[in-house]
Amino acid sequence: MLKDVTIGQYFPGNSLIHRLDPRFKIIITMIYILMLFTGSSVACLAVGAAYTMIAVFLSHIPLKMFWKSVKPLLPFLFITALLNILLVDGGDVYFKWKFIKITSEGVNISIFMIIRIVLLIMGSSLLTYTTSPITLTDAIERLLSPLRLLKFPVHELAMMMSIALRFVPTLIEETDKIMSAQKARGAEIDSGSFMTRAKNMISILVPLFISSFRRADELATAMECRCYNGGEGRTRLRQLKASARDVIALIITLLFYAAAIAVSIVFNRLMK
Amino acid sequence: MGNIIEISGLHFSYPADEGAEASEVLKGIDLTIKEGEFVAVLGHNGSGKSTLAKHINAILLPTEGKVVVNGIDTADEEHIFELRQCAGMVFQNPDNQIVSSVVEEDVAFALENLGVPYDEMRQRVDDALKAVNMYDYRLHSPSQLSGGQKQRIAIAGIIAMQPKCIILDEPTAMLDPQGRKEVMATIRKMNREQGITIVLITHYMDEAAQCDRVVVMDKGTVALDDTPRKVFAQVERVMEIGLDVPQVTELAWELRKAGFDISQGIITEEECVEAVRRLFSDKQLIRKEV
Ligand SMILES: Nc1ncnc2c1ncn2[C@@H]1O[C@H](COP(=O)(O)OP(=O)(O)OP(=O)(O)O)[C@@H](O)[C@H]1O
Ligand SMILES: [Mg+2]
Repeated sequence: MLKDVTIGQYFPGNSLIHRLDPRFKIIITMIYILMLFTGSSVACLAVGAAYTMIAVFLSHIPLKMFWKSVKPLLPFLFITALLNILLVDGGDVYFKWKFIKITSEGVNISIFMIIRIVLLIMGSSLLTYTTSPITLTDAIERLLSPLRLLKFPVHELAMMMSIALRFVPTLIEETDKIMSAQKARGAEIDSGSFMTRAKNMISILVPLFISSFRRADELATAMECRCYNGGEGRTRLRQLKASARDVIALIITLLFYAAAIAVSIVFNRLMK
Repeated sequence: MGNIIEISGLHFSYPADEGAEASEVLKGIDLTIKEGEFVAVLGHNGSGKSTLAKHINAILLPTEGKVVVNGIDTADEEHIFELRQCAGMVFQNPDNQIVSSVVEEDVAFALENLGVPYDEMRQRVDDALKAVNMYDYRLHSPSQLSGGQKQRIAIAGIIAMQPKCIILDEPTAMLDPQGRKEVMATIRKMNREQGITIVLITHYMDEAAQCDRVVVMDKGTVALDDTPRKVFAQVERVMEIGLDVPQVTELAWELRKAGFDISQGIITEEECVEAVRRLFSDKQLIRKEV
């Protein structure tokens, strides 16, 4: 059933990582990304990898889930690595044939890039695996709230996002119903040639769109009836409270960042 | 007790499409509803029930005439939030009125909008969830709930505002019999225990029979307005407007037509059973005129 699809990739749990304040988790993830992209030495990436492994271990999320998020990007990684190997010129020449030239620099850069991107995907997956989409939206709204002073519609965007999340299951259920109804009328949806299937998709999308507009209209009225008036002067039931734990996690991350920089500097000196 | 809703000379037409003549949907409605009353509004499709309901909390404004709710004129824009807090509204499709992905946050939505401070909000949300018997589900996602449960969440979202009056537009139309029963029981409890005025728009005659008062609408006017007993006693008139009467009322009416001596004002099953039993004991089973 379509209904069983999970939205986002949240894995409910109660691990240390799950319990961190979502705002801190977002900030920590950003520092983590910076850390991966500052130094360009093996040592720096090793620190990043160690940090990732510790975080993954603490989250109690099986490693194969991370493999799932890396796998779709493999062809992309492979092609970029190949281009790097072929195009980057420098260092020792390993192999040369006509215009093809493979150098140590090219190989090094490709390996760096692969490790870096895999770590990047693992780190950001960890954020979405341990934070529910709605909490994430909420945290983003609060982190961006200073932008309201610049007339950036922070609340409106967050509200749109959370309504979209709220309606995903409803619309999935509805799509399911429409599909059954069209199948009962003889539409071929999961069989037939590509063209007939594509055409039949229209017979699903049109009713879905029409009903979404009706839903939007009714929802807007219902929100008005409940005194909705934009973000001005709103209070929230969901309270985010940062605790000592969050600050400690942030400090640890910053220490790792400092370590990555220090290790890179030392490593570069040794190489000279 | 005072009047909570006072509608006088209300006319309304939806803005017409270009070139088309605007047809009047509400054609002069006068209606007052007292505080604490439980009123059913009946009428066939397109008679203007929903349009009337939307006038009570200023979703629509009269083209002509006046609607005053709890002393506030609905045309008064300054007090619109006060008005909407006082007169809450529940709609037919529970899916299209739930805003949040977490039950308790949805119940809090109106309070968040009104800027109620956290501690008071927490208390009111919990109370509202307990009142509709959904407290145990406060952390669920609405998509995991049944239709009746979702509708009770929608009702909780309204009663958290502590309104004086709730307008429900066919709240049970999309529910199964179990869900209908739950929702009706919840509504009746709100009316009895908290004294909230209820305006219930419905197509179910048995629901209307449970109310204090029935208003029947016909083509944008109020055709009948009385206690359910008196309204349904006019079986022919009600049917002429295009509505049914409760099944038991119809049964009694048919029996009367067939010549049995059975009273006219029967609206509940118990009354009907009692009356039929009396027929048997009176040995009236033989038709009078035969
Ligand atoms: N948004 C709108 N724009 C234009 N006309 C409308 C609109 N909503 C309703 N109408 C028209 O107003 C009339 C009354 O509609 P209303 O929805 O009030 O009836 P109702 O008694 O609630 O019917 P139902 O039992 O089907 O819910 C109908 O003829 C309808 O076509
Ligand atoms: Mg209606």
